[in-house]
Amino acid sequence: MTGLATDAPAAAGPRRRLASPGEPSPRRRRRGSATPYVFLLVPLALLITFTYVPVVNMVLYSFTDWNGISRTKEPVGLDNYVAIFARPEYFRVFFVSLYYFAASFVQMALALYFATILSFSTRFRNLFKGILFFPYLINGVAIGFTFVYFFRPGGTLDTTLVALGLEGLTQQWLGDPSIVNISLASTSVWRYMGLNFVLFLGAIQSINPSLYEAAELDGANRWHQFRWIILPSIQPIVSLSFILAISGALAVFEIPFIMTGGANGSTTFVIQTVTTAFEFRRVGLASAMAVVLLLFVLLITWIQRRIVPDERVNLT
Amino acid sequence: MRKRTASTTAVTTSLVLALAACGGGGDEPGATQDGEIAGDITVLTQRTDIVDTVFAEYKEAFEAEYPDVSVTFEAITDYEGEVTTRMSTTDYGDVLLIPNSINPTDLPDFFEPLGTVEELSDTYRFVATEQAYGGQVYGIAITGNAQGIVYNKAVWEEAGVTEVPTSPEEFLDALEAVQEGTDAIPLYTNYADGWPLTQWEGHRGTVTADPEAANALAHTDAPWAEGEEHFVIDSLLFDAVEAGYTEPDPVTTNWEESKGLLGRGEVSAMVLGSWAIVQMQAAAENPDDIGYLPFPYQVDGTFHVNTGGDYKNGINVSSENKAAARAWIDWFADESGYATDEGGLSPRLDGPDPDTLSDFEGLDLEYIELAPAPDGEEGLVNEIDSQAQIGFWSPDYRQRIVDAARGASGESKEEIFADLNDRWAAARAAVAD
Repeated sequence: MTGLATDAPAAAGPRRRLASPGEPSPRRRRRGSATPYVFLLVPLALLITFTYVPVVNMVLYSFTDWNGISRTKEPVGLDNYVAIFARPEYFRVFFVSLYYFAASFVQMALALYFATILSFSTRFRNLFKGILFFPYLINGVAIGFTFVYFFRPGGTLDTTLVALGLEGLTQQWLGDPSIVNISLASTSVWRYMGLNFVLFLGAIQSINPSLYEAAELDGANRWHQFRWIILPSIQPIVSLSFILAISGALAVFEIPFIMTGGANGSTTFVIQTVTTAFEFRRVGLASAMAVVLLLFVLLITWIQRRIVPDERVNLT
Repeated sequence: MRKRTASTTAVTTSLVLALAACGGGGDEPGATQDGEIAGDITVLTQRTDIVDTVFAEYKEAFEAEYPDVSVTFEAITDYEGEVTTRMSTTDYGDVLLIPNSINPTDLPDFFEPLGTVEELSDTYRFVATEQAYGGQVYGIAITGNAQGIVYNKAVWEEAGVTEVPTSPEEFLDALEAVQEGTDAIPLYTNYADGWPLTQWEGHRGTVTADPEAANALAHTDAPWAEGEEHFVIDSLLFDAVEAGYTEPDPVTTNWEESKGLLGRGEVSAMVLGSWAIVQMQAAAENPDDIGYLPFPYQVDGTFHVNTGGDYKNGINVSSENKAAARAWIDWFADESGYATDEGGLSPRLDGPDPDTLSDFEGLDLEYIELAPAPDGEEGLVNEIDSQAQIGFWSPDYRQRIVDAARGASGESKEEIFADLNDRWAAARAAVAD
């Protein structure tokens, strides 16, 4: 909508100018049109210096055997890319991403649930909003350490279970390879749910309240209101969260890196990239891995956009 | 998960590319080491814990001897990571500890040669093998370590073990006695921190009693074949974990905490270099409880203990006060007393023996120092290792062994060793091309 609105006068401009060429407006217009570019210079310079130049460098490194230190880099053509696709163990780590991908649905469902409830007038709603959003504000490293203590044998989780008389459920939450990824993914849900929640809540609160009144007059209950008013209105936000969930799941890093260092089958593709670059000193290969991940995320986003195109929401 | 996307893509890109962004670096040589001993020098150190105390005293003593020099310290927590990144510029101090991940072939690009191996090996230990290239020495050790096993004597006595184990079997028996006779965890792997597991790699040469042990790796396709050095070392780790002599949940271990555990006798042994003895004593209720054992393997009735240098002090090739930097390095090795204070072997051949290794007295024991790689093979073993992505000095490889041994990954010892052999052979072939 906004795109159309700004286009309109621009298209009308020249026509008006043709009609009355003597007007002083063109000069003022030219001076006016340079201003935004001057303002753009600083952010563009920062963006180019800190994003595009490094990315171009990364792509260049991915065609060399650079070890990150040497002053010499031998070009090796596509060897690094061939190595990634020739070794199944590089791809096996993507299975770990499935845990986080599955967890992101739990996360979105919870966030949506809380956002809906708290968008109606609930007692202490501001307090609950604060509580739910709070984990997102905590430093990720602190969360990692806290949860290591939470999950360790005899730690908070086990103690709580024992206090509740559920001794039978205690186990090695991080030590058991069949559970470790679930534990880590749950930590991730705990941490990032607040952000989804705030996004959804914001979208929900922008819905015109008169719609609810009208729905109530028509005899709609809370579930009907959610299904037919809230969900359609926030559909763009839900699909955005969905894209972010996929690319997020492919690029999980912080939580497993801090909590287990990728040990015990919790390595993700990004952890593997970091290990390759800084432990095995194969920066060339690691750059190629980063490029592959980038292409993957772009590909998946493109597919997602094809399947679920952006629709304009119109409830009126 | 939204933030994760943004932050991790940023983290990946920036991590991988941080190095990338800083290119170039001046190659113009600065001053020479023969000039006047004067000027300001910056010394990089990894000892964040004592930089304001012990190092401040060093500075005072040094500046008293060389009044024209002014020393500034820069202590860095993540030493390896930060310094290797800074090395792509020229700004990495005047004197610095040469990062371990530098390939010998890269040394001349970044560091000033300190003298030939022949000259310096009359005075100093650890100059022939480590941080030397093309007959030139680039670093002098700050201290030296012997490799072995630090243990709690009181716990072992309580378990009834009084003899020093001389074979892996005897060592496992001792661990079993501790398991049965005491409440202590017999052996602590420090799996979660990862780097303590790499200490096992320090026992190169212990099994073969051969200073060429490390170089020999470049000439075999099967370092993990039965009876080979890595087979013996890794089998001991595997067997100890498999028998349940190690901590119940290795994934949640904690290095700082482990010192107290050993000191209080809640853990009976850890495989660590002799540098750890002083730290363990500091954390113990009774420092005399902390003892040191050689790796349990004898050749002809003699233990062979691997010794090696710790970090080496080197001079930045683009330093402007090389003479002053050189004076600091010599002073640090000869006069600071750092090595002895830290319970390590002195970098000087005529240096005093540390008290920490007094447990080795009376044992039939020989120190060995690994031999330098033959000409043309410098860095070859590292190159094969990195091609194979096994990572002798990275935790992943031994974490995998621990995971298999505790039944978490479903791999058997034979499968792991066969896979490692295959990867090594393939990488050797690839590097030889």
